[in-house]
Amino acid sequence: MILQKFLLRLMTMAVTLFGVAVVVFVVIRVAPGDPIAMMLPPGAGPEDIERLRALYGLDKSLPQQFVIWLGGVLQGDFGTSISLRQDVLSLVLGRLPATLELATLALLMALAIGGPLAILGARERGTAVEAGIDVAGGAALSIPDFLWGLLLILVFGVLAPIFEISGRVSPSLDLPFATQFYLVESILRLRFDLTADLLAHMFIPALALALPLAAIITLLLKQSLKEVMDLDYVVLARVKGFSETQVILREALKNAALPTLTLIGVQFTFLIGGTVIVERLFSYEGLGNMAIDAVINRDLPLIQGIVLVFALIFVLINLAVDLSYALLNPRLRHG
Amino acid sequence: MTAQPLCLSIGALSATLPNGDRVLRSVSLDVAAGEVHALVGESGAGKSMIGKALLGVLPPGVRQVEGSITLEGTRLETLAPAARRRLIGARTALIPQDPLTALNPSRRIGPQMTDRLTHILGWPAASARARIREMLAEVHIREPDRVIAAYPHELSGGMRQRVLIAAAFAAEPRLIVADEPTTALDVTVQKQILRLIADLQRRHGTAILFVTHDLGVVAKISQSVSVLYAGMVVERAPAPELFATPRHAYTKALMAATPRYTHPASSLQPVNSAVLAELALEVRAADTEWKRAHG
Ligand SMILES: Nc1ncnc2c1ncn2[C@@H]1O[C@H](COP(=O)(O)OP(=O)(O)OP(=O)(O)O)[C@@H](O)[C@H]1O
Ligand SMILES: [Mg+2]
Repeated sequence: MILQKFLLRLMTMAVTLFGVAVVVFVVIRVAPGDPIAMMLPPGAGPEDIERLRALYGLDKSLPQQFVIWLGGVLQGDFGTSISLRQDVLSLVLGRLPATLELATLALLMALAIGGPLAILGARERGTAVEAGIDVAGGAALSIPDFLWGLLLILVFGVLAPIFEISGRVSPSLDLPFATQFYLVESILRLRFDLTADLLAHMFIPALALALPLAAIITLLLKQSLKEVMDLDYVVLARVKGFSETQVILREALKNAALPTLTLIGVQFTFLIGGTVIVERLFSYEGLGNMAIDAVINRDLPLIQGIVLVFALIFVLINLAVDLSYALLNPRLRHG
Repeated sequence: MTAQPLCLSIGALSATLPNGDRVLRSVSLDVAAGEVHALVGESGAGKSMIGKALLGVLPPGVRQVEGSITLEGTRLETLAPAARRRLIGARTALIPQDPLTALNPSRRIGPQMTDRLTHILGWPAASARARIREMLAEVHIREPDRVIAAYPHELSGGMRQRVLIAAAFAAEPRLIVADEPTTALDVTVQKQILRLIADLQRRHGTAILFVTHDLGVVAKISQSVSVLYAGMVVERAPAPELFATPRHAYTKALMAATPRYTHPASSLQPVNSAVLAELALEVRAADTEWKRAHG
């Protein structure tokens, strides 16, 4: 049973990714703009264009191109970037860790802000504290991440420059890293000086990404908590002598977390989407920043590679949400 | 009369709804140590509300506006909220109406039974576990290990109510509020559960405030009774006396409507209109007096 479900799940994921591959492949070829024309010097003749088109396989029909590309992808060959003239896969893998670290930090920040506020709001339900949380949450939610980015640049970059607002790490530093997961590696290597520098760079962009999600978590989790707070087993816990905060943490939180968890999954994919512009805003060398360059340069193979990686991440996030949902809900686990 | 030590004494307790109406109208009742005191009345009479006021879990917006609740000599109103909560946790317990909703679906049974002992009363985990096994044996659960490790949805309604009863008695509370503990169960299980509560009550000498709308149950289990109508105690008496010589017309009507005191609540409907008119007058008089005293 379990194995069957798992296989079905894998197949669904494969079909999703295939669909994404088809759509991206077609759309970026239908969209205006010729990558070859953009990379040629002004005086190039038609035969130069033809030669380059053949080199990148762009002289074949669309279906042919797709089959060739997909065949390569299945063997781990995502083609060569037209603008950077490097292997797409190694380009993408080189940038992916920076984006994953930023998005994960943003998610943790959103949880660290939203969770306690939701619990506080549920505990103080019906009071001015809850009203204040509602207002703040509504405001945070109505401002998109890139606008938060601009606002935060204004505050922290111009008015009170405590954090860095450009790049991923101070260029003057010597980096001993073997992988691109700088933050993780700096911690593992106990190089907390580097961790601090990295965090100083990541803090503001991560906060910009985190704030709207933090607001959603606050409002939704608070609502779910409030719905649970008058259920019989919560009342019974109060009679046992547990305080309101204990009651929330011990009895209410786990059950109230289920709807929030599903939403966090969906919102986290938006958050990763948000990295594209936010990374650009803060010159953070991640995948999103690279994606914008790739689009500007009509770098078809690179765009395809990046989009496919994003799609893979989204699919994996959904899988993770479903798994944790099953973990939190014993009835699903045995079902 | 010899002065029996009182476990619970409620004096002139009034509580209001958010709209200002009273749900409890100067309720007074005493529960002696180790006795079962039945609270009987129709649906909406305020039986559960009395239990909730005592346990400090009134629904949002419902407020105790007057009166005293004294638990083993301690006036609960005089305590700070945290102290009151701890006292309630240590000396009382609740057997809820619906065993389906009174257990947390995402926690195993064991921890839900031991958490009061370990977290509120400070027992070592091992003693709490041993105690829980003892209690599960007392409620005739034969496979304690399976039950302790189970999630609520893996147990039947009757089993869950046994678990809740075992948990309620585990810390040797002085007073248990049992709020219609059998209403949500299968008819076949109801009798067993009722007998179980009565057995445990006798063995442990626990006082019980037993909420029910079933006079048959009252006759079987309780030593004293308060009859409630519209948040008002219309008659209070030792059980044998109440059944032998009911004084209030409403009590008589309830008994007349409950042949041999064995029928469930639905049969409590046909209270005749003369009685209802009299009750309405009493409620009005009580409210007028209350309003005069409170502006
Ligand atoms: N949360 C609440 N807010 C407002 N009014 C309430 C609330 N809970 C109960 N009431 C009202 O208070 C009155 C007393 O309710 P209570 O639950 O004590 O009745 P009961 O005697 O236990 O009845 P039942 O046999 O149906 O359980 C009812 O009229 C009910 O409508
Ligand atoms: Mg009730």
